[in-house]
Amino acid sequence: MTTLASTVDTNADGFAGNRAAMLDKLSELEAEHAKAVAGGGPKYTERHHSRGKLLVRERIELLLDEDAPFLELSPLAAWGSEYQVGASVVTGIGVVEGVECVLVGNDPTVRGGSSNPWTTKKIFRAGEIARKNRLPLINLVESGGADLPSQKEIFVPGGRMFRDLTQLSAAGIPTIALVFGNSTAGGAYVPGMSDHVVMISEQSKVFLGGPPLVKMATGEESDDESLGGAQMHARTSGLADYFAVDELDALRIGRDIVARLNWRKQGTAPKQEVTPPRFDDEELLGIVPAELKMPFDPREVIARVVDGSDFDEFKASYGSSLVTGWASVHGYPVGILANAQGVLFSEESQKATQFIQLANQADTPLLFLHNTTGYMVGASYEQGGIIKHGAMMINAMSNSTVPHISILMGASYGAGHYGMCGRAYEPRFLFAWPSAKSAVMGPQQLAGVLSIVARQSAAAAGKDYSEEDDAAMREAVEAQIEEESLPMFLSGRLYDDGVIDPRDTRTVVGLCLSAIHSAPVEGASGYGVFRM
Amino acid sequence: MTSNPATVRLERQISCLLVANRGEIARRVLRTCRTLGIATVAVFSDADADAPHVAEADVAVRLPGDTPAETYLRGDTVIEAAVEAGADAVHPGYGFLSESAEFARAVQHAGLTWVGPPPEAIASMGSKTASKRIMAEAGVPLLDVIDADEVSEGDLPVLVKASAGGGGRGMRVVRSLPDLQDRIRSASTEAASAFGDATVFCEPYVESGRHIEVQVMADEHGSVWAVGERECSIQRRHQKVVEEAPSPLVDAGMRERLFDAACTAATAIGYVGAGTVEFLATADGRFFFLEMNTRLQVEHPVTECVTGLDLVALQVRVAEGRRLPDDRPEPHGHAIEVRLYAEDPAAGWQPQSGTLRRLESRDVDAEFAVPANYGIRLDSGVRSGSLVSMHYDPMLAKVVSWAPSREEAARRLARALAGMKIHGLRTNRDLLVRVLGHPAFLSGDTDTAFFDRHGLEALSTPLADADSEALSALAAALAQAADNRCGARVAGGLPSGWRNVVSAPQRKRFTGVSGTHEVTYRLGRSGLVADGHDTASLVLAEPERVVLDVGRVRRTFAVARYGDLVSVDSALGSVELTRCERFPDPSAQTAPGSLLAPMPGTVTRVAVEQGEEVEAGQPLLWMEAMKMEHQVVAPVDGVVGALPAAAGHQVATGAVLAVVRAADSEE
Repeated sequence: MTTLASTVDTNADGFAGNRAAMLDKLSELEAEHAKAVAGGGPKYTERHHSRGKLLVRERIELLLDEDAPFLELSPLAAWGSEYQVGASVVTGIGVVEGVECVLVGNDPTVRGGSSNPWTTKKIFRAGEIARKNRLPLINLVESGGADLPSQKEIFVPGGRMFRDLTQLSAAGIPTIALVFGNSTAGGAYVPGMSDHVVMISEQSKVFLGGPPLVKMATGEESDDESLGGAQMHARTSGLADYFAVDELDALRIGRDIVARLNWRKQGTAPKQEVTPPRFDDEELLGIVPAELKMPFDPREVIARVVDGSDFDEFKASYGSSLVTGWASVHGYPVGILANAQGVLFSEESQKATQFIQLANQADTPLLFLHNTTGYMVGASYEQGGIIKHGAMMINAMSNSTVPHISILMGASYGAGHYGMCGRAYEPRFLFAWPSAKSAVMGPQQLAGVLSIVARQSAAAAGKDYSEEDDAAMREAVEAQIEEESLPMFLSGRLYDDGVIDPRDTRTVVGLCLSAIHSAPVEGASGYGVFRM
Repeated sequence: MTSNPATVRLERQISCLLVANRGEIARRVLRTCRTLGIATVAVFSDADADAPHVAEADVAVRLPGDTPAETYLRGDTVIEAAVEAGADAVHPGYGFLSESAEFARAVQHAGLTWVGPPPEAIASMGSKTASKRIMAEAGVPLLDVIDADEVSEGDLPVLVKASAGGGGRGMRVVRSLPDLQDRIRSASTEAASAFGDATVFCEPYVESGRHIEVQVMADEHGSVWAVGERECSIQRRHQKVVEEAPSPLVDAGMRERLFDAACTAATAIGYVGAGTVEFLATADGRFFFLEMNTRLQVEHPVTECVTGLDLVALQVRVAEGRRLPDDRPEPHGHAIEVRLYAEDPAAGWQPQSGTLRRLESRDVDAEFAVPANYGIRLDSGVRSGSLVSMHYDPMLAKVVSWAPSREEAARRLARALAGMKIHGLRTNRDLLVRVLGHPAFLSGDTDTAFFDRHGLEALSTPLADADSEALSALAAALAQAADNRCGARVAGGLPSGWRNVVSAPQRKRFTGVSGTHEVTYRLGRSGLVADGHDTASLVLAEPERVVLDVGRVRRTFAVARYGDLVSVDSALGSVELTRCERFPDPSAQTAPGSLLAPMPGTVTRVAVEQGEEVEAGQPLLWMEAMKMEHQVVAPVDGVVGALPAAAGHQVATGAVLAVVRAADSEE
């Protein structure tokens, strides 16, 4: 064991400035989260309450074990779109009767809980997390179905929702539907495809076609209760396995169902004795420079995240722009890859390749801490085989089968984002700090490249090149790229699982590692051909 | 082994003694036997199979059955037990067979030594009416007996008493003539059930008398000691609650007259052994003979404390035929005893039964013995985990303090009581603490109407006020949260109630005597945020201990959980809370208007029928529990809906007895 030391000077000007900048970003984040929590706003939440119904987050709070943590996923979904932040659904990982479950709850105060394209994306991501980590899935259903004006965006891909449910079931992962209200038309297949279904007296409404549609189709006169009430489904159709007298009763029954699942996690248990980090996590606020051009030592972050600040570094003197080493978080062993100087060279790539293979030999999950501007460019690096070496790293990482968690602390640009297990490489979880930025390259570099290309093309055409227009173009491009590389924008598009407070990193990683160990953790037996 | 010539050989030397009793008095006698080197035999009913006195005796004999009538009152089986277990003596304790001359004779007839007065002395004092005649003849001052049939308006108020009675059972106060026959009947019924003798008599009722009694001790050789007086004026339902020695009322002159009267009384009936002569005294120092208890008293420890005597050891010594010591010790300091009952003073002293989850005190200096140099003595018949049965008296323990002065004894006892951990049953503890701190008590102004005079409602108010109870509920919630985290099967090491997106605080609901406490709290990065507790910050939360800074005051709460029951002890007072279920089971709800059994017991009579119209306050049925009769009355005007109770039914606490549908309800 090697205990990390820290050289962070909390009295330094830089620290205070970094901290102030981070706190600003955190308060912006909190304001966006509050929008999601507010749902459809006071008018609709009051109306919902006046019907004797609980809000989706109230339902979730009651479903969860008391005092247990809850990690909400994709809370900023639909940020920057025309839809309400949160995308009218709440998803997350919580503990129910001692079992980690994925919870998906429609927010009926936002346009009746109807699904827009971001809603389905968010639900698909939750389903993927349930499947990969073997977490039972609980749906808290109350949705008006597809948001009709956007049906063209969701009708075709939306079918996956029901396929996902039955495939979870086929994989032995329990699915539970607690039907709080409308679950009609296509939505009827959520209870329809679930293993366990609870319906609530005079509240659940589950039918393929409601009274108007039935009248249109067959001329039959009918009502909600006879078409899809809880009584009918519990006594006649058999679609409801449990009949609840009210919402509390439904939640109680839901918890009882989980308690009876006889659920056993397939991964190894964490170490019992866990020492907290030796350094204050508050200091994480001042470590990342407000200006990402300045590098920072990721060991200062590791020292505030891992158990006992205990970190055994691998190849410390070789490829020093990437820090690799072994540690544990909340008792779970991890291998950590963290960018130290932004740029990845051939040595760093080869070091990462070996380290990833070692982690797979030892069935040890990997934690990627991003602050990279990408792989090194330039003639001597190209001639030195940077592509081959970067490809080796990407090969090892892509074919690694131990679980990966990525945290975007700072920059995550270009192929560096890929090599460090960006979203496309399907890490089990990916979270961003408010200080993170991610794009194909930095805004100034991108604007500069466009400027050079435009200047060359003007020269080739024999035209004059306006320096004024160039400056305006560069400014506009820089602003656009800056905007699109910010975490809230990316989170809105479901490119991460959420933006987190840096001080919560240890908790989030610990919670994810615990969820991950619901499934077996096994290293890869083979890789793609390594180009030497 | 050769015989030692110096040893006094006694005909009746006791080597193995059977204690024909249960609870604290059985343990008290066992303790002295251990000191004296005498082997012991306990007896136990089925309900007492796990009681401490059974474990503490060398051997124990089962008395089949639960009720006293089947067990501790069965003289024949007790004597059989003594013979079979090889006992050569029987100590009756108090209550049960202790004042049965017939039993005393039977013990002697079986060739066993009776640790008690001669059967003739018991018999002459056993009938209160007969004993009054003897006392009158001996010149002991007393109140007149009024023939029950001749009570007139001018005699009122009168007290109806069971002739064979004691301990307040079978006693009724009558203030108006029309009530007389009813009261006589109910006193008689209670007397028959408690003592097997339905005889009752009347005497003038002294509204605010003081109860003064003299401990006597006599041997077969003519020595009669008046050991000291006790005052036991503070009573509820004619049962003593606070007892002390010496009496604050008694001065040297009065003491001399009291001792003379007591010795005269004992001599008049040829008394041998320990006994107590009870007097009713007035504030001006006059006193009247009430009765003589021919046994050890519950409150004997106060006399032991101030005299340093072991009265049980003296009883054994006298029973063996030996002489009392030459000198009677002079009293020293002041002792106060309180009887800790499992009861709800605010609800008509309703006895409580169930599991006593914990009984603990840090302040006890001695158990069943006099502390070495002042201090707290505890005589308890129960221990943590004991089941307090409906079959017996609900006294849990006697807590005694002995100090140089009365004020010091009262203060020390109040602190010790307040600091006791008593979990699982409602008790009169807070009431006792309030009495001990009451100005009237501290000035020695105690009389039998103490609770009426100073207001039972105020005196029975819990020490912890509503705010303290609310703060205790917060501590209970935080301790529960800590326990939830410690016991979590997954993610137990993560912060309590952690959220990346905060929507609502954690909630826990408790009910206490001051109402329902909805505790909402969040443990965030900036510490504890709890609604209604803005000045509280969390120092430490463990499953059984919570430390809060409230303003600048650091408060520690000890929290214990037993199922839904949460006991919180702190300097603010002890609080018992019931955790409200997060998800009430809809099938376990009771219909509105349901009348539930307040305690386990037997339904003795049902006065109404289903469908009958009833008025608010009208008695519907009667239950007997803990030797007391309880009436269940209609809470509102209405109609008797369901009526599951029937005479003879054994019911558990919370069982639905009847449902009264209010007249103005919709149905």
